[in-house]
Amino acid sequence: MRRSALVLAAAACAFGGAIAARSAAPPTVNDAAIAGEAMPRSLSEFGFFADAGGRVPTDGLIEYALNTPLYSDGADKLRYVYVPDGLSVVSDGDGLLQFPVGSAIVKTFAFGTSADQRFIETRVLLHRADGWVALPYRWNEDQTQATLALAGARLPITRPDGVEVNYRIPNKNECKTCHSKDGEVIPIGPKVRNLSPQFLVALRERGALATIPAADRAMPVWGDRAGNPDTASLARGYLDVNCAHCHQPGGMASNSGLDLRWEQDDPHAIGILKPPVAAGRGAGGHRVSIAPGDPDASIMVHRMSSTEPGIAMPELSRSTNDEEGIAIVRKWIAGMQR
Amino acid sequence: MIRITAAALLLATSGAAWAETHTIQPGEGAQERLQEALILAEPGDEIVLAAGRYALTDGLSVDVDGVTLRGAGMGPGEAGSILDFTAQAGAGEGLLVTSDNVTLRDFAVENAKGDGIKSKGADNIVYHAIRVEWTGGPKATNGAYGIYPVEASNVLVQDSYVRGASDAGIYVGQSENIVVRRNRVVENVAGIEIENSNNAEVTENLATRNTGGILVFDLPGLPRVGGGDVLIANNAVIDNNTDNFAPEGNIVASVPAGTGIMVMANTGVQIIDNALINNATSHVILIAYSQPYTDERYQPVPQDVFIGDNIFGSGGYAPDFAGGAELLKATGLDALPAILTDGLHRNVTSSKARRAMTLGLASVGQPRTEGMPDFIELAAAPAITTRKQMPTAAKALEARIK
Repeated sequence: MRRSALVLAAAACAFGGAIAARSAAPPTVNDAAIAGEAMPRSLSEFGFFADAGGRVPTDGLIEYALNTPLYSDGADKLRYVYVPDGLSVVSDGDGLLQFPVGSAIVKTFAFGTSADQRFIETRVLLHRADGWVALPYRWNEDQTQATLALAGARLPITRPDGVEVNYRIPNKNECKTCHSKDGEVIPIGPKVRNLSPQFLVALRERGALATIPAADRAMPVWGDRAGNPDTASLARGYLDVNCAHCHQPGGMASNSGLDLRWEQDDPHAIGILKPPVAAGRGAGGHRVSIAPGDPDASIMVHRMSSTEPGIAMPELSRSTNDEEGIAIVRKWIAGMQR
Repeated sequence: MIRITAAALLLATSGAAWAETHTIQPGEGAQERLQEALILAEPGDEIVLAAGRYALTDGLSVDVDGVTLRGAGMGPGEAGSILDFTAQAGAGEGLLVTSDNVTLRDFAVENAKGDGIKSKGADNIVYHAIRVEWTGGPKATNGAYGIYPVEASNVLVQDSYVRGASDAGIYVGQSENIVVRRNRVVENVAGIEIENSNNAEVTENLATRNTGGILVFDLPGLPRVGGGDVLIANNAVIDNNTDNFAPEGNIVASVPAGTGIMVMANTGVQIIDNALINNATSHVILIAYSQPYTDERYQPVPQDVFIGDNIFGSGGYAPDFAGGAELLKATGLDALPAILTDGLHRNVTSSKARRAMTLGLASVGQPRTEGMPDFIELAAAPAITTRKQMPTAAKALEARIK
């Protein structure tokens, strides 16, 4: 059985070029790889991209953008959603879209622009019959192949702006650390309130979304923050995206009692005058998460402003500080009534 | 789903017939090799750490049910298996466990940048013969917790050793059915801390040279509040006079050096047959939570506390809190009585009529300077002779350690 498969594979290799040239059938996503039980060794097995370098998405992948994105050491992200033909996404208000089994979310992390752009890793979230699975794939030096990096990796990277980054590709468990609620892996990003309207339109045009849900409280567009006077909204959006995947009931940091979700409006729950529980030296000598009017006395600012493990928040995904994010959160806290 | 069912079956039957053992060696690539083995493990598998030192740069994690991680011993010599996090560059703890029915045994974690070993929502977990140590001794820059199970049912921590934690050596938080026994906790801020938890047994431990030996706390505003039903028995709580080195802002930063056992805001605590020796502030402190709070579920004072026949050695001769020295002087004694309360406790009894010291506060949150210190007599309640019923579900986990 196995031998004959090998022979066939060899034959396919030998004639591959000729076949491709003749049929010119567009490449398609490998639904079996998404839905199966295996962890494919190579990203190419999914058929998400038409080229070896992962630059050309296969027809079926829909690019999306987020209003406010997660900071990942300043990496650029190329995000795609795949929904199998004939299946639909269901929206549940302005929260997380409910993707059917067989869907995939694909996100490539890159530094640099145009010809100088280098892919570091591509993370995939696969919706299988028994739940979501998160897998990280690391791009090779030649940018021709991305292979499964189950145990993650650490890579020294010099950013285009010259900043040295001790970049971390998360291991499979670390993926789950953020992508987890009540112990199950879930997507984080594609919430209606944080999705670009263009993406929702594209999804509908493909027939994968019946109606475009209303986002009553859409999150602000981070890229437009310079012209946005609503600092509280910017800060809360930033904290939701960068912190709330852990800091919410059922999240990895639920025991802290800190709940930084966009929709949470209890002042104590979002950290205002809230003493720490298990912050350890992360508290930095400060007594509360948010000291109104006093960012320098706020544990939240202290932990965002450190790169030292044990102090730094978020714990994963960054080795550098997000100065822009810190500035917005500082401004928000400084503006609070003491 | 099928896999989970198989795991349940496997755990139910004692002979883990299909389980595999994967042995990991220290040396080049240990981070990736060990983490990959932990990820690829099937329920029931055992990952064995060969003796030696594992130089690690990132946190490790276990997320498969029923896995055993076993070393060759806790060291400190190289005959043990030592996970060395001195060069750690990321993650909030050395080892993180997020799956159920996990057994951790016979290895050490050194110099984790955050917590040593954290298990979150990991039910039925066993920590056996584990050493977690910050080898430079007490420092505010050490990680917070050594052994840190949180949000779990059925926790067994035994025969382990923790030194140098800048918060608590062994910290069990927001959990139920807990046994912490036969451990040695040395030179931590808190030796052992049971917080916002219920049905806990803390027995036969040695807590020495910490700031405070054993703490039983309940804090407001957390998902789980209302801690209680805690037995603290047969422990040696000796010489816990290390200056408090917790970073300010943490609740334990307020624990005075020289504290033996401290109970804050719990319901139903028994303190029986312990040896409390040379704790300079006080052997037993009962105290209310004094910060403002808005949590309507919360009950801030210690209540239904029974203090049985403990051995009280020298102690209380140098109370390390504001006004402590003046208080001692005013009593005209060489040392305060073995039991100190802020006066806000409810229903505290003793195996025999016993004199205690009160700071004489009248209401929760009142400044200590307004208290009217005095001696009080604790009522004798010889009828309370039975110990609290033990968390049998946690104790049953000992069957895993052969």
